[in-house]
Amino acid sequence: MRKLVKRGYLALILLFLYIPIIVLILQSFNAGKSRAKWEGFSLQWYSELFKDQAIMKALYVTLSIAVIAAIAATVLGTLAAIGIHAMRKRPQAVMMTMTNLPMTMPDIVTGISLMILFTFSKIERGYITMLLAHITFNTPYVILSVLPKLKQMNKHTYEAALDLGASPTYALVHVILPEISPGVITGLLLAFTLSLDDFVISYFTTSPMVQNLSTLIYSKARIGIEPTLNALSALMFLALLVLLLIVNRRASKPAKAR
Amino acid sequence: MNQSLSLPSWMLWLLGLFLLGFVLLAVYSVKRTNGIRRSFFASPYSLWMVLFTIVPCVLIAYYALTDANGAFTLDNFRNFWDSNYSVNQLYTQMGPEYEVLIQRGTVNIGILVYSLWMALLCTIICLVLGYPAAYFMADRNIKIGSILVVLFIIPMWMNFLLRTIAWMTLLEDQGLINTLLKSLGFHSVQLMYNDRAVLLGMVYNFLPFMVFPIYTSLTKMDSKLLEAAQDLGANHLHTFWRVTAPLSLPGVISGITMVFMPSVTTFFIPRILGGGNTMMFGDLIENRFLTEGNWNLGSALSLIMMVLILISLSVLRKADPEGEGGGMI
Amino acid sequence: MVEKEHLIDLQHICKEYDDTAVLTDINLYIRKKEFVTLLGPSGCGKTTTLRIIGGFEYPTSGTLLFEGKDIGAMPPYKRKVNTIFQKYALFPHLNVFDNIAFGQKIAKVPTKEINIRVEKMLELVNLIGYGKRSVDQLSGGQQQRVAIARALVNEPQVLLLDEPLGALDLKLRKDMQLELKRMQQALGITFLYVTHDQEEALTMSDTVVVMSDGRILQIGDPKSVYDEPANAFVADFIGESNIMRGVMLQDELVRFSGANFPCVDAGFGENQPVDVVVRPEDIMIVGNDIGQITGIVQSVLFKGVHYEMMIDTGETIFKVHSTVMQAQGSNVGLSIVPYNIHIMKPMLRPVLPSEGEEEEAL
Repeated sequence: MRKLVKRGYLALILLFLYIPIIVLILQSFNAGKSRAKWEGFSLQWYSELFKDQAIMKALYVTLSIAVIAAIAATVLGTLAAIGIHAMRKRPQAVMMTMTNLPMTMPDIVTGISLMILFTFSKIERGYITMLLAHITFNTPYVILSVLPKLKQMNKHTYEAALDLGASPTYALVHVILPEISPGVITGLLLAFTLSLDDFVISYFTTSPMVQNLSTLIYSKARIGIEPTLNALSALMFLALLVLLLIVNRRASKPAKAR
Repeated sequence: MNQSLSLPSWMLWLLGLFLLGFVLLAVYSVKRTNGIRRSFFASPYSLWMVLFTIVPCVLIAYYALTDANGAFTLDNFRNFWDSNYSVNQLYTQMGPEYEVLIQRGTVNIGILVYSLWMALLCTIICLVLGYPAAYFMADRNIKIGSILVVLFIIPMWMNFLLRTIAWMTLLEDQGLINTLLKSLGFHSVQLMYNDRAVLLGMVYNFLPFMVFPIYTSLTKMDSKLLEAAQDLGANHLHTFWRVTAPLSLPGVISGITMVFMPSVTTFFIPRILGGGNTMMFGDLIENRFLTEGNWNLGSALSLIMMVLILISLSVLRKADPEGEGGGMI
Repeated sequence: MVEKEHLIDLQHICKEYDDTAVLTDINLYIRKKEFVTLLGPSGCGKTTTLRIIGGFEYPTSGTLLFEGKDIGAMPPYKRKVNTIFQKYALFPHLNVFDNIAFGQKIAKVPTKEINIRVEKMLELVNLIGYGKRSVDQLSGGQQQRVAIARALVNEPQVLLLDEPLGALDLKLRKDMQLELKRMQQALGITFLYVTHDQEEALTMSDTVVVMSDGRILQIGDPKSVYDEPANAFVADFIGESNIMRGVMLQDELVRFSGANFPCVDAGFGENQPVDVVVRPEDIMIVGNDIGQITGIVQSVLFKGVHYEMMIDTGETIFKVHSTVMQAQGSNVGLSIVPYNIHIMKPMLRPVLPSEGEEEEAL
């Protein structure tokens, strides 16, 4: 009886979470535009989706920014984490406060402050500004992913490399990086995910000419949901499932001796 | 439209000097280290953060404390307290006969209070719904638990705008729920464009953020503690109240933090699901900036919001000084 | 003054860390093919000294000479020294072979030559066939030998060892001590060894440097440090001792523990307070009628090699080592050969362990 209650409750909550998604997916196959009436099965919205220039362009923008920002943030953040780890207590505390600050700032304030910055410096808002904004909010997360790995590292391995004749750069590339690579990968994936889904900050740091998926959806939502958006949702969900399956597969493989 | 940039040139000079000083510092620290100190690796990041985080904050403060001509003023904050401030000033100047018309406008304050209230409601609902969910999830044997976690994660990764908009399909007057009700013979209910819809949207979006930290702290808990409690004579209720609940407190605090903050500052959800009827603070700020072009007032509001967030954060941090609450990372 | 035969010369080295003096006026020279041990309790600065020589810390002031040249500013990867770190610091992502070959690869030694050298090293440390193993599969002792091989393959002139045997169990530690000594003599390399274990220092070293609180207290070969400690701290740290306050009545006569004892030291003046050190094995138990002083046996502990007895003379409790057991509670006499009484100038805060209270020395 107990178990039933527990399972039932969880099922209810999960149902709550999934209802809108299920509705979206079902609607994507609805031949008609009406949101309540089922007018037959159709794949037309999917083909419309791919023909929609605006959506495809937004998809490109979203993906490219996510990839570039994730890589840039990872490079910047990994170096920063290594540097912060090697600092003495007081400078380290200062750096950590500075790193935590953007994460405590609500995204609307971050977005607005960046908007002010760009306008103030007379930089045209657009792709570049959105990219810069994404790198800015991604990097602290990379740092927070890499730092724990650095703390776990034997503090003498870097010195051992130097002792054996390695220059600091050589030691960084051949000794430190291999050891912290799990943290770096986690940071990279985290940054990528955050960029993909970002709305508020992108909204304030881009121009109507350059839209990412989120800002595009927002502009369409004011007018009303288009069925193509349903198709988009369904596809995204599918992609997500596939991705998670792949990740799960790799995670269940026996972990290398580390 | 955008403010005309009437910043004094000395500010630009100051900024330039500051940057120069920073670059010199970086070069100096490289030279001094002889390759041992890796702390200089963090300089590019420091520079970046100064440029893109600190400077923007300074700019916000600047705009909050000046008027449209760049002169120092506290009027923006006065406007926050009394949204009719400028008009009232006019009335005062025009003479005593107009004093009757002076009325304090509480629009801004009202919206702030409303946002706080909604955020509070949302947090409480998330806590009430989320704690049992986390508890049951953590209670299971390992296999099912991890699958459940994945199931919880998936919706979070889907674009939250789409998910929120999806509720429109359900809640609209011609939406699914109303269609269902109509077919069953009931009247259609006004489900959208009110604060109930907004609250629903908020809970929907933020519930996982409450569940995860609580789940993490529950799973981190040593099950031997429960056995010890029972060994000492505590029944299930006792065990929960005296052992599980206190130990999961860091997770709860973390969850509250991760739900309350975004709830206060959200602007998308009230706009989409509430229409024009439910303006929240995030809405207000966005409005001031983009619709009205009033950067000064908008910045003042942003500053106020940031201060509020910082206060709530420090209060919450007192309750969990070691930051043990399981975060998202 | 730089002597040509000094391989390493530390002159007036001082190191400050956040306003605390970690090393004060360190003067030390190390000769070729010498086995030198820096000995002292935790926090005495011995590891810091080692790291300064290795290049991982820079002295706040003072000169560091290597073969006569000032290397104070030289980074570690340019110095002709190699270090064995406390927890070995093996590279976890490389196997045994690659770990050992690390330095050789950087020096751009041709692959064929690397293979030969690494194999020779594996033979030297008795790990033939372990090349392909991953380092976390090795035991502590094996990891340590890989660390040694990794350092020695580069044929450094000086090997720095930072408490390398600390993590090993007793028997292994003793074997490794002999092993390291043998290696050092066979290869003719200078070893600079850091430890807090005085027995280890005495076993392996040509020269022992006793340090405390950032200063050098005594430098000498093991026998002289043991037999003629320079002050109470050294005496207490090296070997076991009874240390007491006494009064030098006149040359060759000292009073402590309520009795007068003839001794061999002179030049302290008359009626001067001094520190007196007597080793437990130097106190002879005799009949209570012929001893210089009498006491009651408080406790007896069997230590395998000898019995350790605590004998209370009323004024002092002496620790005595003897192969003959005296029953607890028995009344015995104690006698000390004058030569075995060591007198030294009193320290600011003398160590008085025999009186039942451990006071911190320094």
